[in-house]
Amino acid sequence: MISLEWVKDYIDIRDQDLEELAVKVTQAGINVEKVISNEIKNLIIGQVLSCVDHPDSDHLHVCSVDVGEGKILQIVCGAPNVREGLKVIVALPGAILPGNIEIKKSKIRGVESNGMLCALFELGLEEKNDLNYAKGICELDDSTTIGGDPLTELGFGDTLYELDVHKHRNNDCYYHIGFAYEIAAILNRKVHLPDTSYQEIKDSITNHFQLKVETDKCPYYLAKMVTDVQIGESPNFIKRRLTAADMRPINNVVDISNYVMLEFGQPLHFFDKDKLGDQIVVRDAIEKEQIVTLDGKMRQLRSSDIVITDSSKPVCIAGVMGGENTEVSEDTHTILIESAIFDAVRIRYTAANLELKSEASIRYGKGLSYEYTKMAMDRACHLLEKYAHAKVLTGIVCHDKIDKKPKIVSFVPEEVNKILGITIDEEDMKTELARLDFSYTLKDGVFEVSIPNRRLDIDPNVNDIAEEIGRLYGYHNLVSTLPVVPLRRGKYVGDVAYRKALSKRMRLLRLNEVKTYTLVSPELASQFQYRNRKNVILPNPMSSDKSIVRTTLLPSLLQVYQYNKARKVEDILLYEISKTYDQTYHEESLISGLLYGNYLTDGWNKSLKVDFYVAKGIVEDIFNYMGFANRYHFQVLNDSSFHPGMSAKVFLDHEEVGVVGRIHPKICKDEVYVFELSLNSLMKKTTQLKFKEANKYPGMEKDMAFIVSRDTLAGEIISTIQKTGGKILDHVSVFDVYTGENVPIDKKSIAFKLYFSDPKKTLTEEEVMKIFYQIVDRVEKNYHAVLRDK
Amino acid sequence: MKNEKIEQVANQLKKDQKKIDHLRDLENLKVKYLGKKGLITELNSEIKNVSNENKKEFGMAVNELRNSFHQFYEEKKNFFEEAILSEKLAQDAIDISLPAVCVSAGAPNILEKLIEEVEEVFLSMGYDVVDGPEIEQDKYNFEMLNIPKGHPARDAQDTFYIEGEEILLRSQTSPVQVRTMLEGKGEVPIRMICPGKTYRRDDDDATHSHQFMQIEGLLVDKNISLSDLKGTIDVVVKRLFGNDVETRFRPSYYQFTEPSVEVDISCFNCKGKGCSICKKTGWITIAGAGIVHPNVLRMSGYDPEKWSGFAFGFGAERMAMLKYDISDLRVFYHTDLREAKIFDREEGLS
Repeated sequence: MISLEWVKDYIDIRDQDLEELAVKVTQAGINVEKVISNEIKNLIIGQVLSCVDHPDSDHLHVCSVDVGEGKILQIVCGAPNVREGLKVIVALPGAILPGNIEIKKSKIRGVESNGMLCALFELGLEEKNDLNYAKGICELDDSTTIGGDPLTELGFGDTLYELDVHKHRNNDCYYHIGFAYEIAAILNRKVHLPDTSYQEIKDSITNHFQLKVETDKCPYYLAKMVTDVQIGESPNFIKRRLTAADMRPINNVVDISNYVMLEFGQPLHFFDKDKLGDQIVVRDAIEKEQIVTLDGKMRQLRSSDIVITDSSKPVCIAGVMGGENTEVSEDTHTILIESAIFDAVRIRYTAANLELKSEASIRYGKGLSYEYTKMAMDRACHLLEKYAHAKVLTGIVCHDKIDKKPKIVSFVPEEVNKILGITIDEEDMKTELARLDFSYTLKDGVFEVSIPNRRLDIDPNVNDIAEEIGRLYGYHNLVSTLPVVPLRRGKYVGDVAYRKALSKRMRLLRLNEVKTYTLVSPELASQFQYRNRKNVILPNPMSSDKSIVRTTLLPSLLQVYQYNKARKVEDILLYEISKTYDQTYHEESLISGLLYGNYLTDGWNKSLKVDFYVAKGIVEDIFNYMGFANRYHFQVLNDSSFHPGMSAKVFLDHEEVGVVGRIHPKICKDEVYVFELSLNSLMKKTTQLKFKEANKYPGMEKDMAFIVSRDTLAGEIISTIQKTGGKILDHVSVFDVYTGENVPIDKKSIAFKLYFSDPKKTLTEEEVMKIFYQIVDRVEKNYHAVLRDK
Repeated sequence: MKNEKIEQVANQLKKDQKKIDHLRDLENLKVKYLGKKGLITELNSEIKNVSNENKKEFGMAVNELRNSFHQFYEEKKNFFEEAILSEKLAQDAIDISLPAVCVSAGAPNILEKLIEEVEEVFLSMGYDVVDGPEIEQDKYNFEMLNIPKGHPARDAQDTFYIEGEEILLRSQTSPVQVRTMLEGKGEVPIRMICPGKTYRRDDDDATHSHQFMQIEGLLVDKNISLSDLKGTIDVVVKRLFGNDVETRFRPSYYQFTEPSVEVDISCFNCKGKGCSICKKTGWITIAGAGIVHPNVLRMSGYDPEKWSGFAFGFGAERMAMLKYDISDLRVFYHTDLREAKIFDREEGLS
């Protein structure tokens, strides 16, 4: 939150429309989320002309109030301090006060009242407390103008910017002087720093105090001493500005440390010197060391924390919060001011470990500029001298190991132009750098720029300079061009190409694509462990239902199935292609499908219901589509996740590449079929696609049926037939499988259709029958089969 | 001279023809006139009783009568057969309003549909589509992107770590860009996008998800400017959201780009007037982008003195939510087929 009334102390923006300025600030990269004005309409300065007791009340008064332009209003007021001649703040009918209180014409115990005389707390300008209550209405200075705007005359009128700043700028844009520099760059104006002067008394801090820094995580530590402090109330402007920044005014001394922090971004810590003793040692904390912080809580420290100690005990958690034992109180007489820089990462860790986010730790965590460490301390001395009657001791105690080497960038304007795609010349560049308050030298067209330390976000390279120039130039002013690069069409690279091709194919085969979560629960991860791939288990999961990196997609598909089933979707055909990882981080892409209900249906007459053979057909199509025809086969699968009689292992070139089958009824009692193939194993060399001419010579069809035992696999008989049939057997298919009448109970009959042909001649009956009987003979022997008569 | 016999048969035929109203009658008529003992057949035997000079005329008259009978017979027969066929077809009629067999193809996942559209634009501009591992090393996910250990930018991407601070679920797809640059060995220009899954420790709700899709891209070449980036993004958003959509850059900050911008498009819904989609601003933030940071180029083997480039990142969920008017991103991951099915279609072919 930035108060523009405050910013006006450092830069002249009286001519600016603050709404428009907010737009400019946003365009330059600091996002003003909200512009908040504390303006209240229908407030006016009035003077009480007469004041008499209310006829029907022991504390109300009936006043007639002059509000200018000859208008006199009758207003009933209950404040104890209302009296004739007093200048007051009048809320006219129509005014809306904080808390959404609307002022209306009304009758108060029978007497007409045309407004309200206000106290500051009723306008949201002071805290609501007993003390302010007792003060009654606000008594305006006699010099104020009747009919004028009271907030302006009191200096209370303010506009606040609520900022949403990207991380890199949230150090310098969250204090008022830093923000003033930003506005200065946008408007091309100058910043005036506040007064940091003070008188020093003869006594020197070195007579009272010694500093030892024993950690390298505190590169800069300054201390100054003030004495004879008189604790009291802060002046109005400090209280009001702290209130606007959502900080509660406490007393002049504490308020000054906060005020300076909001000015310079530098957190200060004030120790009660009398409680502190005469030494400070800054060191890494000892493991389990304890301190009670200002909020009254006992904190246990870790060795990664930095502590401020007197010679024996911790008195402050550096950069985070002070200790109760050295806190400034009503009786404080002498103060030691600390202004320091601590390692930002350490402070962030400490604040996170202790779950202690303080105004100081937030600022330290973002990193601080050394530019203001001393200036902020001097400013505090100035304000303490002025508003707490403090006497400042001579000298400072100091530990200074901070790197003050300036960040320098050398470049020619053309480099900046190339990055932005704009054209600014040497003169423009000078102007731009001056706006930014970046000092530079120019020699032979080369700029050498020194970046002010307050801009911690800027790295010394030309891209960072280009960004600064660009945002002030206005990105909305950039033209659109296209890169000058050779024409070509891009391609899907590596496994992406396979994924895309198969995805398209799955959709053609009527399967719907799903996308599910990689992280699953232990219950889900334990399903379908048919390959025993060991899971990666997250050491710090958000919740146990997302704690394991899956090795199979099937449980997730089953979840999508259940989701849809519960919503009365009848036919569910799903696929997903996704990466999986095992414990060794080995990556495997899987293509998985789930089928339930009808594969094809009109809903009222005919349908093709999903069964094992539909699922198998899809798997086979994948292989054929990839160019692997005749290179795959299936074997019976025995796995606890699958129906023991309706599932198969899938082989490609004799390598096991996946499974297909019905889910075991103990996992899902519905008839649900799934398949899962390793995409890695499918990324094999495929053969070139070539035309194959159909056979011109007529072929010959022969049927044969065998009675075999029930557990004989048709696929095995087929491969025997193919092997025996040799070259002239064009293809073989199954056209009937029969059990029942005329077939013994433990047997089945399988009928095959064989098609013989020769691309070079017409086959004779004799040639074909010779092979035919060789096949019958071989099948009968291999499978104890019996040829059935026609 | 008229022959009485012929006149008689012709008159008889006229009368008989009028009585025919069935194929069967027609066949009987044919027998009656043209059968072995048919009336017209028998006229032929009459010719012997005709004088020689009249024989020719008589023959012609009989032929004429026979021909007219044939013509009548064919016409009538066609008529009756047509009628029979029509009746049969009428009986075959089905209710064409009954539901068809659903043969439609499967639908893409909604997010994937969006991603494929984005990919198509970039492919056409010469960008390859690349992917990389989802379990990543810290050095690719952060360090080589100019985000060293302890950097506050890491806090914003609350990461799922797997092994110490070294192995993690990638919190952005940017490591794919690093890997692509390393493969390029600082020698070849790069044009690539890498749509993919990413993971951050976010609680799932309507607008957050611990798993989400990014579409990041990278171009590394010679003399690449921020204006080139603007033009490129402009092509993409116009293709996705319509030709009247404008692109606007705002200053932003990312570790791996410098300068960095946030990309807004003018609201395609209200055309900039202000509506609920653009939160009354007329603009919608759609991507983060910028000029590749020289440190990032250098760490991946590209000399920033010679090479420059831009990088950008779109949130796939956000784009899909905007484009298809979806208010809850969990829709993408639940897959309610009743919602998903309609995404199996083309859009804006012209």
